[in-house]
Amino acid sequence: MLHITTLHYLVLGAALFLLGVIGVLTRRNVVIVLMSIELILNAVNLNLVAFSRLWGGLHGQIFAIFVITDAAAEAAVGLGILIAFFRNKETVNIDEVNLLKW
Amino acid sequence: MAPVATPFFFYLLSGIMLIGGILVITRKNPVHSALALIVTLLAQASIYLMLYAPFVAGVQIILYAGGIMVLFLFVIMLVSIDRSIKERQFNSQWVVGIIAATALGGLFIAAFTKGDKIFPEHVLPMVENDNTQNIATLLYGQYMFAFEIASLLLLVAIIGAVVMAKKRI
Amino acid sequence: MFLTHIWLIPLLPAVGAAVMFFFGRRLQKATVSAVCVGSIVLAFILACGAVWQYSAWSSTSDNFHKPYQTILCTWLGSDTGHLNYRTQDGSPAPLQADVGFLLDPLSSIWLLFVTGVGMLIHIYSTGYMAHEGGYYRFFGYLNLFMFSMLTLILANNYVLLFVGWEGVGLCSYLLIGFYFHRKSASDAAAKAFIVNRIGDAGFLLGMFFIAWYFGSLRFIEVTHIAHSGRFSIGDPIITAATLLLFVGACGKSAQLPLYIWLPDAMEGPTPVSALIHAATMVTAGVYMVARSNALFVLAPTSMKTVAIVGALTAIFAASIGLVQNDIKRVLAYSTVSQLGYMFLALGVGAFAAGVFHVFTHAFFKALLFLGAGSVIHSMSGEQDMRNMGDLGHRIPITHRTMFIATLAIAGIFPFAGFFSKDAILWETWSREGGAYRFLWYVGYATALMTAFYMFRLMYLTFHGRPRMSHEAEHHIHESPMSMTVPLIVLALCAVGTGWLGWPHSLGGSDRFTKFLEPVFAGEARVLQEEGRTSQLVAGVEEQHNSSTEWLLMALSLAAAGLGWGMAWRSYRHADKGYTEPIAAAVPPVYDVLLHKYYVDEGYDYVFTGRRKLGNVRLGVLGLGTASAWFDTHVVDGAVNAAGWITRLTGTISSWWDKWIIDGIGVNGPATLARILSYPARLFEWGLVQWYALVMTAGLVGFVFYYVYR
Repeated sequence: MLHITTLHYLVLGAALFLLGVIGVLTRRNVVIVLMSIELILNAVNLNLVAFSRLWGGLHGQIFAIFVITDAAAEAAVGLGILIAFFRNKETVNIDEVNLLKW
Repeated sequence: MAPVATPFFFYLLSGIMLIGGILVITRKNPVHSALALIVTLLAQASIYLMLYAPFVAGVQIILYAGGIMVLFLFVIMLVSIDRSIKERQFNSQWVVGIIAATALGGLFIAAFTKGDKIFPEHVLPMVENDNTQNIATLLYGQYMFAFEIASLLLLVAIIGAVVMAKKRI
Repeated sequence: MFLTHIWLIPLLPAVGAAVMFFFGRRLQKATVSAVCVGSIVLAFILACGAVWQYSAWSSTSDNFHKPYQTILCTWLGSDTGHLNYRTQDGSPAPLQADVGFLLDPLSSIWLLFVTGVGMLIHIYSTGYMAHEGGYYRFFGYLNLFMFSMLTLILANNYVLLFVGWEGVGLCSYLLIGFYFHRKSASDAAAKAFIVNRIGDAGFLLGMFFIAWYFGSLRFIEVTHIAHSGRFSIGDPIITAATLLLFVGACGKSAQLPLYIWLPDAMEGPTPVSALIHAATMVTAGVYMVARSNALFVLAPTSMKTVAIVGALTAIFAASIGLVQNDIKRVLAYSTVSQLGYMFLALGVGAFAAGVFHVFTHAFFKALLFLGAGSVIHSMSGEQDMRNMGDLGHRIPITHRTMFIATLAIAGIFPFAGFFSKDAILWETWSREGGAYRFLWYVGYATALMTAFYMFRLMYLTFHGRPRMSHEAEHHIHESPMSMTVPLIVLALCAVGTGWLGWPHSLGGSDRFTKFLEPVFAGEARVLQEEGRTSQLVAGVEEQHNSSTEWLLMALSLAAAGLGWGMAWRSYRHADKGYTEPIAAAVPPVYDVLLHKYYVDEGYDYVFTGRRKLGNVRLGVLGLGTASAWFDTHVVDGAVNAAGWITRLTGTISSWWDKWIIDGIGVNGPATLARILSYPARLFEWGLVQWYALVMTAGLVGFVFYYVYR
């Protein structure tokens, strides 16, 4: 218990990842779904940085930076979609759109 | 500067992170969720510091807590949340979703218990001082191409977001 | 210039009417008067110019006595003759109607007095209608009427004449119903319209006969063919055609049995009664018969019918007029009676005399109506002569001008009516060797009645004791200049127009008849031949005998004087509750006359069915009732039976369709497909989170495989 190993970080990341997955799968509010996606990405980042620490290289951190970049792009596009969606449907509930089946 | 009282801070910060994460996915009001998410992200940034990644931690704070969260809050202000707060918060498949997530969690536990021994006991020492310089060298050297691609991605995302969010082009 | 632009004459009032309809509501009364009266004044000037130019044109040797025709365009059918039909002898004829105008002496006369009297009445109306609502509407209708009437007169074919014919009918309807908020007015308008429709149907059929028989509807061509000798006298088709035309004339010119609308038409404003229902429109039937004279002379039966109907109408209406109390109603029956005279003249073949009477009648009857309007105006709307009396010195101009008109209509020498009426009576006496002499007695009796009821009207209105209420008496005033000036002008005409037809026997030259000669010359020839044969058959040879004519004149003057005298004796001192001499002498006769021979009631029993005969309803409503019964019981029964059968079979087939066809045939495969496709649809719900869930499940499977490999 006194020694924090890489596994601790991985378990923390897994827990965070699961929280994100639950949020994505169960919430109706698109905003919160997007935040849950951020949680998932952060869980991955945590793993990357933890492995970087484990192997002593910086490549994991670089990856984390790229993931953060991706997350920013994803958030921007996702929120843009959200605004367009809200303007058309007057709602932010994701289960009220099911046009994707066509 | 080597980290001090590592276990204490680790558990403290992971506790904050997990509570924050739970709050993110359970709050009715998206603003509360966003605030909880900020707390989580700040705690994670501290954990990055513990992992000898000050640059990533800075990026985490500046980009996530500073940029993306502001974006979220703006959007929350733009869309009307009054109606959605009064409505059902979880969709009809939430039971299945939680079951699936739990199954995934069980598998993670199984994987960790099975693969516990594959990681080295002792971590390699890291040079703390030139972290940022080294990252910069890597980014502008080995990862030059990916870096440029990432900038292009950001540009596309900006244009895409504007195109979608604007009423009339 | 005037001749080539003759189309301007009807166009000007049309423009005035159009302006009124589109902008009238926003115009000032002064502007309305200026536009409408101005258009008629211009039309009158143009008409005078056209007639003057025509008389010069038709006295050149090239065009001697020819009618002037100008064709603007083809309105129905085409010039190239794509639309042909077969005439009775099988030859093709173009189905075609022009917008074309014809000016000859006959239309000249109508043109002059229609525009002239119309102009005076327009001027009069500016005074009469000054305080009425719907000023612009009134003048718009009047102008529209002038347009239609001028089209009717100037048309060069039957179809265009019919357009004008219907147009004046419409305007008559609109103007009778001018006070549309009054039920009696709108009823009268509807009555006029419907009764005219009956006549119009006859006119249309007659027109079809002519088209079928002659292959043309242009007056010139029809007249030409009729004169060519292709058809024998008494040709049955021509007889039928002319009789049908005469039905049309009966409707428009209020002859028996279709006269009933005209007395009711007095619901309209008085200038309208003067213009439309006395001077111009009601003479359209006379015009049409005179215009078709070439056909009528070929059908002696029709001629006799026209003469007899005319004479009967004359005495019938005059006898009703003897006892009526409404001032306008007396004049209305007088108009019907005078129209009867005109048809009598036409029927005996004295077309010129008939037209002459139309001409003189237009002035003195318009004057009488306008005078009556002036009286009503001064009496604040009172029309009942029983409530008048002693107006003579209070409205002197009206009194004097109306007195002149009365002298004229009564046939006192030398006023206009004397000449025209005597011409008719003389022709009736002398034509065809006295074949129509029995009608002379009818006409003579009518002349006596006319004098009586007209002087009765004069005495009851202007003499005797005042019988109006105090308040009405207080308001009596002479009408404004705009009303009295037309009265004076018309009075001059009522005196003078008769002199145009000063007969030979009195040393005159009868210029009127001479003027009309080109129109009726061919007919005179036909009639002469016919007359000679009938004279030979009858074995009489009547010389044109001036002494006989003088005797007849003296007799009719005596009749007029007698009528005057009787009226003078009976009504000179009429006070409240005065006695009608007829009522005193023979009460049942008075009753019958007062109720107009119960003709309206009879029509209600027989034709409209508004009154029940016992338990039976006859006429249109009776037909309607019978039809309704038939419809509800027989037709609807059949319909319902059919419907019931349909419903039964429908129920059966729908059951079959629903359970067998749809249930097994259609929905069966569909249900099968739905059940079978359910697993496939699981992955295509369209909900993002479902996809995410499936993804997670896949991830679980992947990790499971990876961990427990």
